[in-house]
Amino acid sequence: MARLNVNPTRMEQTRLKRRLATAKRGHKLLKDKRDELMRQFLEIVRHNLELRKKVEKALQKAHRSFTIASAVMSPEMLEEALMYPKQSVSLELCTKNIMSVNVPVYQFKMKSDDPAEIFPYGFATTSGELDDAVLALSQTLQDLLELAQSEKTAQMLAQEIEKTRRRVNALEYVMIPQLEETIKYIRMKLEENERGNTSRLMKVKDMMLEEQRQKNIRQDQEIYEAHCLSFEAKK
Amino acid sequence: MYKIAVIGDRDSALGFKALGLETVFADTAEEARAAIHRLAAEDCAVIYLTEQLAQEIPCDIDRYANAVRPAIILIPGKTGSLGIGIENVNKAVEKAVGSNILKNE
Repeated sequence: MARLNVNPTRMEQTRLKRRLATAKRGHKLLKDKRDELMRQFLEIVRHNLELRKKVEKALQKAHRSFTIASAVMSPEMLEEALMYPKQSVSLELCTKNIMSVNVPVYQFKMKSDDPAEIFPYGFATTSGELDDAVLALSQTLQDLLELAQSEKTAQMLAQEIEKTRRRVNALEYVMIPQLEETIKYIRMKLEENERGNTSRLMKVKDMMLEEQRQKNIRQDQEIYEAHCLSFEAKK
Repeated sequence: MYKIAVIGDRDSALGFKALGLETVFADTAEEARAAIHRLAAEDCAVIYLTEQLAQEIPCDIDRYANAVRPAIILIPGKTGSLGIGIENVNKAVEKAVGSNILKNE
């Protein structure tokens, strides 16, 4: 693992240590976030899959009835029958926060609660299959909306999980080892400097002692010689 | 207050009209694309799109994948399911987990 390109100083080391602590805390938090997101996601996606199968089956049934209806009735009649719907649906959109992902929550309201209101036509000129088709559709509406909600949620969570996982891995396998490596490098470098300094001091001390010793010897020599000289003079 | 819209060919979408959903008839990818962008700009929270049309305009659908609104949901058209909807769910699982762990359920 490559280490960062920094000066091996004590200040840099302190700074990096602080960064490492932050990175480790962030890593732990993100890992927790990922795990929780995954748990929620799996729950939602299982539900979603079931719902989708159910809805697709129901819609296919509705389409079948509708196709028969359109075969029995002329296209103009069909168009006319459905031209002005009596029922209308409006949607309330709230957002729910799942681990800081804003997912939609839908609440829909029908304009009227009467279940017969879904047939906007008279029964005299239309075929029974059309009734079947419209009824089947209206029965799936609730599921359809739930499907929309859970599918959108699953999509958004999947995206967020991917992003979070990438960040967790980046921290775990790049950022943190790099910082640790760099801190170790600085520590080694500083220790090496320290050792170099100590041995230099020892050397200097030795040199100074040696110098002192030589000086003492020289002084002793001088004193001795002076002594000898005066001794000879006295003689 | 938001609307719910259905985009599809005439036969697939007409039935939804009776329920009071906003229906847009589109027979070509071009029409569907225009409809999606128009509805997204308006106050439309959920767009149901037939798989037959969806398979021709994946880029335009991906564009709204990250936004809260609109949610573009694929439904089978009159000719039946193409399996794209299920495929998308599986893709999401693969994206999140790394491999599809729900395939055998």
